[in-house]
Amino acid sequence: MSGAPKPMTRAARRAARLDATAAHLSRLSVPQDSGWLGRARADALERLRTLGLPERRDEYWRFTDPSVLSAETAAPAEVFRITDEPVVFSDIDRLRIVFTDGEFDQQASDDLTAEGLEVTRLAEAAQADIHWAQDVYGKLEERGQQPVPRPLATLNSAMARDGVLIRATGKVARPVSLIYRRQKEAADMVLHHVIRVEPGAEMTLLENGPAAARYSIVTEACIGAGGMLHHVRTQGRDHARSGITHLFVRMDKAAGLKSFTLSANGRVLRNEAMIWLDGEGGSAHVAGAAMGDGDFHHDDTVFIDHAAPRCESRQVFKKVLRNGAVGVFQGKILVQRPAQLTDGYQISQSLLMDERSQFLAKPELEIYADDVKCSHGSTSGEIDADHLFYLRSRGVPEAEGKNLLVLAFLTEALEEIARDDLAEDVRSRLESWLGRHRH
Amino acid sequence: MLEINDLHVKLEEEDKAILKGLTLSVKAGTVHAIMGPNGSGKSTLAYVLSGRGGYQVTGGSAMLEGQELLDMEPEERAAAGLFLAFQYPVEIPGVGNMTFLRTAVNAQRKARGEEELSSGDFLKAVRAKARELKIDAEMLKRPVYVGFSGGEKKRNEILQMTMLEPRMCILDETDSGLDVDAMKLVSEGVNALRDAGRAFLVITHYQRLLDHIQPDVVHIMAEGRIIKSGGPDLALEVEQNGYADLLAEEGQKA
Repeated sequence: MSGAPKPMTRAARRAARLDATAAHLSRLSVPQDSGWLGRARADALERLRTLGLPERRDEYWRFTDPSVLSAETAAPAEVFRITDEPVVFSDIDRLRIVFTDGEFDQQASDDLTAEGLEVTRLAEAAQADIHWAQDVYGKLEERGQQPVPRPLATLNSAMARDGVLIRATGKVARPVSLIYRRQKEAADMVLHHVIRVEPGAEMTLLENGPAAARYSIVTEACIGAGGMLHHVRTQGRDHARSGITHLFVRMDKAAGLKSFTLSANGRVLRNEAMIWLDGEGGSAHVAGAAMGDGDFHHDDTVFIDHAAPRCESRQVFKKVLRNGAVGVFQGKILVQRPAQLTDGYQISQSLLMDERSQFLAKPELEIYADDVKCSHGSTSGEIDADHLFYLRSRGVPEAEGKNLLVLAFLTEALEEIARDDLAEDVRSRLESWLGRHRH
Repeated sequence: MLEINDLHVKLEEEDKAILKGLTLSVKAGTVHAIMGPNGSGKSTLAYVLSGRGGYQVTGGSAMLEGQELLDMEPEERAAAGLFLAFQYPVEIPGVGNMTFLRTAVNAQRKARGEEELSSGDFLKAVRAKARELKIDAEMLKRPVYVGFSGGEKKRNEILQMTMLEPRMCILDETDSGLDVDAMKLVSEGVNALRDAGRAFLVITHYQRLLDHIQPDVVHIMAEGRIIKSGGPDLALEVEQNGYADLLAEEGQKA
C-alpha cells in the first residue's frame, strides 16, 4: 500500500504517546524501595503514565531533540580524562562527595559529618521511616509539571539510584562539592538530590566531573526564610556525553539563590531551572556561560515564577558558538497578580564565531501585576570588528584580541558567581578553553 | 621614518576613491601637521596606515623605516612602531583598561623579541605616567573607555602611546572635544615624547593645537592629496583665510 499516512488526531497522538511511554516503562527496572521513597517512586511512575515521555514535536522541545535523553539505553561514549590542567575546584577547601559512574563512592568521599550540615545518601535515607526529605523528594518536581510537563524529571524521580540529601542548619562557609567521576564507557547516571536550607542558613553547592555517557540529575531545593544557596557547576570538557539536569527551587521570604553553570562542549545538554519565589523579598539569580565547538547542542530552559511581592530575579545566559555549534535559550518570567514591585531581568546572548553556528532563543514575559519592572533581551552577534581592530592597532595579535573580547562577552554571566575564588577558578577554565579552541 | 608614495585608496564596498595619489615624507625627529577641509581624506589616511578594514589600496606604497606597512597585519604595524591615537576611541565593555594595556605592551615586546614586563614593573610604570597625564588610577581599572569623558579618552590614548613607545605616532584630531586645559595636558604628553628617533603626524582642523605642539612642516590636504606644504605659517594662514584661496589656487593648477 502506498500513499501518505492519515494525520492523527490529538487524542490519537496522546494515546500513542502514552502507549509508547507505558511500553518504555515496562522495560525499565525501577529501583525497589520500601517506605516513603518507594511511595515517591510509585507516584512518579503514575504521573509519568499520564504525562507521557517528551517528543520532538512538543513545543517545549522545539529546539532540542529529546530522543537521546529519553532513549531506554545510553549510547556508550569515550571516557574523557583531563590531564592538561588541574580539575576545577581542586584548590578550594570543600566537603567532597564523590559519585563514580553514578554511584556514591564512599572511599573517595570525605567523611560526611560537618558542622551546620546534615548529609545523607539517598539510598540510606529511604530506610528511615520519617525523613525531612520526604516532603520534598518528587514534590517540587511534581509542582514543576505546570505550566509545562517535564516528564524527564519525573522519570528521574522514579529511577534515580543514588543522590544526596543535604540539610543546612547554619551558615556553612565550606562548600559541599559533588564530584561525578566516570570509569565505564556506557555509564548512564541518574541522580536525585534534595537540599533544604533552613531559615537564615547558608550553603554553597559545587558540581563538576565528566559524570557519564548520559546523565540525568534532578536537584530539588527549598530555601527557608532569609536562607541562601550558592550553586556553581561546571559541565565539560568530554564532548561525546549527553545530559539533562533539572533544578527545582522553592524560595521563602527573603531567601536568596545564585546558580551559575559553565558548560564546555557536550553533544546534547539541556539544563532546566524552575524557580518559585513564594515569599516576599526573595532574590533568584540563574546564570550560565556555554562554550561550544562543533557538534554541540546546548539548551538552557529557565522558568522563574514570581508569586510574591518585592522579589528580584535575574537570568543571564551567554553562549560562544563556533564550527556549527547550536545554542538554545528558552526563558520565562511569570509575574503573578500579587507579585507587585517585582524586578525581573533576563538576558540571553550568543557570540557566533562563524556563519555555521546558530542560536535559537525564546524569551518570554507573562505579567499579571501592574507595578513591576521587567526587562528582557536576546541578541546574536559576532565579534565587533571595530573592537578587534582597536585591540590589534595596539599590537594585540588577532587570536589574543578575540579571546579578550570573548571573555568580555561572558563577563556579565561570570559576575553572577558569588565567591571570588570560585569565579577565578571558572575564569581560568574559560581561558584555557579559549587557548585550545583557536579560530 | 615614514615614506608614503603616490598612495591610492578606495572604499572596499563602493567604487569611491578617497586617496588619490598622496605623497608624504616624514623624517625622524620631526612633527608634521595635516590640515584640510572635511572629507579630504585625513582620517582615511590614518586608518589605512594603521590597517583598518573597509579600504582597498589600489596603488602606491607606505614604508615605515624601510618596511612596507600595507603588507602587514595591524598588530605587526604596531610592533613595527606605528601608533594611531584615535579620533573616536571605542568603548569595549568587559575588557579592563589595565589588562588590555599590559597585554598590548607585552605582545609588542614579544613580537620584537624583548622580554615581557612583569606585572609589578608594568604597574609602576603605568602609574607614574598616568600621574603625569593627571589620569586617575581608578579610571585605569575600568573597562576600556566605558564611562570615560571625551577628555579622559584622549588622555588615555596618550597614556597608551607613552607606554607603547612607538616610533611613528599619528594623532587623528586628538584636539576634538577637548577643553583648553585638557588640550594643554595632552600636548604636554605629546611634547614629552618628542625626540630625535620619533616622528609625529598630527591631523587637525584647528591651528590652536599647533600652538601647543609646534610642527616642523604643515601640509594641506584636499581631494585625497597633499596640495600644499609649508612651515608653521601655513597653519596660521588657514586659520585666518580658510581653505577657499588654497583650493582655488589648486583648481587653477589643474
